[in-house]
Amino acid sequence: MFQSSMIALALLLAPQDQAAPPAHAMPGEEAVDPYTVDPANAGATPFAGDGMARAFGGQDGIRRIVDRFVALNFADDRIGEIFMNHDQVRLKRTIFEQFCYILNAGCTYTGRHMRSSHKDMGIQQGDMNRLVENLQAAMAAERVPFAAQNRFLSKLAPMRRDVVER
Amino acid sequence: MAAMDSFVSTARLSRTGILAALSLTALPAHAQQIAEPGKLLLTNGVSTIEGASGGGLTPWAVIAGNGTRDGIGAQANVTVAELADYDFRSAGIAIGAWDRVEVSYARQIFDTNWVGGALGLGEDYKFDQDIWGLKVKLAGDVVYGPEWMPAIAAGVQYKKSLDAPIVRAVGAAHDEGVDYYVSATKLFLNWSLLGNVTLRATKANQTGLLGYGGDLRDSHSVQAEGSLAYQFSRKLVVGAEYRTKPDNLGIAREDDWWDAFAAYALNRHVTATVAYTDLGSIATIEGQRGVLFQLQGSF
Repeated sequence: MFQSSMIALALLLAPQDQAAPPAHAMPGEEAVDPYTVDPANAGATPFAGDGMARAFGGQDGIRRIVDRFVALNFADDRIGEIFMNHDQVRLKRTIFEQFCYILNAGCTYTGRHMRSSHKDMGIQQGDMNRLVENLQAAMAAERVPFAAQNRFLSKLAPMRRDVVER
Repeated sequence: MAAMDSFVSTARLSRTGILAALSLTALPAHAQQIAEPGKLLLTNGVSTIEGASGGGLTPWAVIAGNGTRDGIGAQANVTVAELADYDFRSAGIAIGAWDRVEVSYARQIFDTNWVGGALGLGEDYKFDQDIWGLKVKLAGDVVYGPEWMPAIAAGVQYKKSLDAPIVRAVGAAHDEGVDYYVSATKLFLNWSLLGNVTLRATKANQTGLLGYGGDLRDSHSVQAEGSLAYQFSRKLVVGAEYRTKPDNLGIAREDDWWDAFAAYALNRHVTATVAYTDLGSIATIEGQRGVLFQLQGSF
């Protein structure tokens, strides 16, 4: 959880020849430790066809869902503190890429692997359940049919072992 | 009048169950905090008529209460089934710890109404049974993990008839018995389908209301139980269950049971279940179909 603030601190203290952020980073993102970019880091293979992408309203719909999902998590009185020290700009971008990639809506995923990005965050099972509920709320707000919501969750459910501690 | 008595006693029972559940949640304040925010809706199942969590008729590989692997939870239920000639009531409580272990208790009351008179037991004669259950989740998870890896649980149920002389007179070999079962349960998110398969070794006649073992057979036989349910929303699940049963008593044929149910989570703590239930022939009276209603509170 202290990782990102440590990184921010390191940035402040670092000499000016700090490596430029990778090209896929959004303006305003904090730097992260280098890692190998690989769509397989998304933790799931994409759906075939465009049915799921359409159910989620294409890239525009996915972006609205991700923005709402991330905002809900940051504001959540139960799991908000897990997100508190995280780079919201980068999180929105990488989650958008991940969802868009898995939903086969025309993106690639450039973020980190699920295991390394959740390492040492102390996430409990109840936290993950709350996160799922926030995602369900965000998908429902975008009127994604419930069966499609579940189909998408079927891609995320196997990631638990990389997210929840123990 | 007798029906009123049974209702009052059921209500009293359920009140103790709910009180017990309340005091349980009030005790370990820090455990509650650890337990927050709890399971996903409906993933503690509903309460079976034998007290364990699952569908209405068959236990699932889920653990009662809202606690996750980091907490302790509990649920209590009152169940009423109005059948063609009989009335069935049960009240139960189950405590689930660490999403791993479940301890349950249920009291079943089977009111024979007019049939009791016809059978010489006296009108409104009631068969009562206590069921103590222990269930351990061995592996897997109903929602998370590999898509094809179900939650797997094993359980025992100790059943004790409170009408020993009568069930013996009916032909039962014992007034107590133990069921052993294994269940595998998975919510297949890709299809929004929940499937459950349970294998149960049992001697119980009509789940034990008519005692255990009989003149036709006095040994455990393996029975199969299954549930299939579709998740319409976070709060609504609609499905059906089937449960095969032994046939140990010479004087009264025993049929398989099935039901079609809808379970609705009013909120995180209250689930209401309605089912059309077909219990077949019971104590020589055929066609025992009716409506089952259950209210469950969970923490």
